Amino acid sequence: MTKENKTEFFTDWTYAPSPESTDHIKLNKQYDLFINGKFVKPNSKKYFSTINPATEEKLAEVALADEKDVDAAVNAAKNAYDKVWKKMPAAERGKYIFRIARLLQERAREFAVIESLNGGKPIRESRDVDVPLAANHFFYYAGWADKLEYAFPNKKPQSLGVAGQIIPWNFPLLMAAWKIAPALATGNTVVLKPAETTPLTALKLAELIRDSGLPDGVVNIVTGFGNTGAAIVNHPKVNKIAFTGSTDVGKIIQKSIAGTNKKVTLELGGKAANIIFDDAPIDQAVEGIINGIFFNQGHVCCAGSRLFVQENVADVVIAKLKQRLETLIVGNPLDKNTDIGAINSREQLQKINDYIKIGIDEGAEMYQSSCNIPAKGFFCKPTLFLHTSQSHRIVQEEIFGPVLAIQTFRTIEEVIEKANNIPYGLSAGVWTDKGSKIFNLTTKLRAGVVWANTYNKFDPASPFGGYKESGFGREGGLHGLMPYLQF
Amino acid sequence: MDFNNSPKIDQVGIEERVARFNTRSIKKQSKVQALKLALNMIDLTTLEGKDTEGKVIQMCYKAMHPADDLKDLPTVAAVCVYPNFVKTAKKALGNSGVKVASVATAFPSGNSTLDIKLSDTKLAVDDGADEVDMVISRGEFLKGNYNFVYDEIAAIKNACGKARLKVILETGELSTLDNVRKASDIAIAAGADFIKTSTGKIQPAATMPVTLVMLQAINDHYLKTGQMIGMKPAGGISTAKVALQYLVMVHETLGNKWLNNEWFRFGASSLANDIILQLGKEQKGVYYSKDYISND
Repeated sequence: MTKENKTEFFTDWTYAPSPESTDHIKLNKQYDLFINGKFVKPNSKKYFSTINPATEEKLAEVALADEKDVDAAVNAAKNAYDKVWKKMPAAERGKYIFRIARLLQERAREFAVIESLNGGKPIRESRDVDVPLAANHFFYYAGWADKLEYAFPNKKPQSLGVAGQIIPWNFPLLMAAWKIAPALATGNTVVLKPAETTPLTALKLAELIRDSGLPDGVVNIVTGFGNTGAAIVNHPKVNKIAFTGSTDVGKIIQKSIAGTNKKVTLELGGKAANIIFDDAPIDQAVEGIINGIFFNQGHVCCAGSRLFVQENVADVVIAKLKQRLETLIVGNPLDKNTDIGAINSREQLQKINDYIKIGIDEGAEMYQSSCNIPAKGFFCKPTLFLHTSQSHRIVQEEIFGPVLAIQTFRTIEEVIEKANNIPYGLSAGVWTDKGSKIFNLTTKLRAGVVWANTYNKFDPASPFGGYKESGFGREGGLHGLMPYLQF
Repeated sequence: MDFNNSPKIDQVGIEERVARFNTRSIKKQSKVQALKLALNMIDLTTLEGKDTEGKVIQMCYKAMHPADDLKDLPTVAAVCVYPNFVKTAKKALGNSGVKVASVATAFPSGNSTLDIKLSDTKLAVDDGADEVDMVISRGEFLKGNYNFVYDEIAAIKNACGKARLKVILETGELSTLDNVRKASDIAIAAGADFIKTSTGKIQPAATMPVTLVMLQAINDHYLKTGQMIGMKPAGGISTAKVALQYLVMVHETLGNKWLNNEWFRFGASSLANDIILQLGKEQKGVYYSKDYISND
């Protein structure tokens, strides 16, 4: 008796859904403002809804902070600065920050799930990147708290006072960590406003900070729209503004603080060049291109959204990109196998779709993955534009979505000129097997971060920030302490 | 042909890609399907000095009947033996469809003359081997004598006739991923039907990074010529979990066309029993003792 050596049972293999459970998540129906260590009702008495962009279902209502609320938050921060935080021995400050880091690690799964629910990013990323990296930022800056004299010898570093911090929706928790950790380590107190579409992990962080026993008022978190942010920026008792977001808003902030002695750091838009030379490890470069543009649905200010491929390898790189596009899984952000989740909001999806139309109208050749996208929720297929040139708007302007504009180049001089021919200068990528070429480019590219043979690598010890209209000031590393200190 | 122009490999990038395959979550029906597939891709192997006809016959029965107490199990793909056991295996397997693969060419070192290697191959083929697993001359490769390696593979391919040729690179002796890529390109150009990582006699044997580099060489050849080449990682893959990770890697590098035993094999001996254990758990609802599973 023998069995047939059959293979036909296996004609097609797809991964069964593997959704991360949400049973362990506790979300309130309504969230108030976190001021002076307590959750308080907003003066405005108004609340706004925050949704899950993958399903368009409401997750919670969040308080809308008006000028009086912001005033209360800033006063609480100022009071805590003068009476507690400024006077506390630096080592004690460090202990509180270490405690926040540990609590975040303990509750990592909860934060990851909420980040994906509220922001639309795949759970693989929130679990493996956002949350661990946020905890690492707290750990890293906790260590600096009592070593500032060593960081800046003979300079007598002093804290500034109240830091007003406004963060974007693409990495809600991570950006909160990037802002809060160095501010606390340097002895400042904080009023932070998360983005209106993604307030939940910041509010969860507020709960965690309350539970950590951090003195009241050291960190205050107020939610709202642009007006709330403007109230923070314009408040006279705020000594320092840290903003991450669009270049347009960055310009408004700079105008409104002109003539004051507020310090400011701006981390704004980008349109990074990702440069592939013919001697690059091609398959790994293709992976780097994919990671560079499709990480977090392309909602990354340092996304490698302009691809430059040396002409003699363009055909093979593009063929492989198309092949790789087919293996990207687009869909439910909570599925552990999802590579590309939901676009953060209806407005952002509209903006991306407008740019896709502009690209087509400009005559660039569009190529999209053949994947299906869910009918409900905000989704966009991973998109390539072939045969683009510097003059195309899709090459010049930041799209902030899963859309890659591909150009070819022939010589090193040409690609350096094209890479720099843009108002932005946040990041760049270089792919070549030749070390000398890497060093040549890193000195000539006008970008704050240049990755070689990799992309989108972040580490708390490494400074991050831009040239030109991508902003100024650095976050991360030793450099990230400086904007929060006076010497 | 100039094999110095093989694409460069970035080891860090390869390892990151592998790490990403390993975060795929394979559940429910897709897991059962993949476990059966993996079982069906196994080249059940015995390559020991102490092998006997009796042992080979017992293994052949296991190849045809991996676990008769479970429903809907496929057979394995092939048994892999030394040339002098090909006849025995062929007879034992009958018309079951399970193939006989024979190692040849002075396995495992490959240190002998071409004449000896050719007659070794002919012995296996004449005795009915469906597949020949040859080893490349690693010494000549590391000397940079790529044409020697190429010519040798081409000659063995010629001697194989209708039998399919698997070319073992013995990646554990090649030291770098750049060399793995180069050796893959040489083997494919010289006529390999399959490329295979290891003899199982050298550590490290098959690893995911090495296998990925070889899959990418296969993909490049396919994109250029439309011709499919098979892949066989061998040695060191002993658990169902790791086997599924390999399948994810094949699935996302070459696609479903390669997901059958015509184009992908696992060279393994203990893997089959771990897969049987997992499939048994799916069918019976509980894990049971390994004592219930035959060790042949």
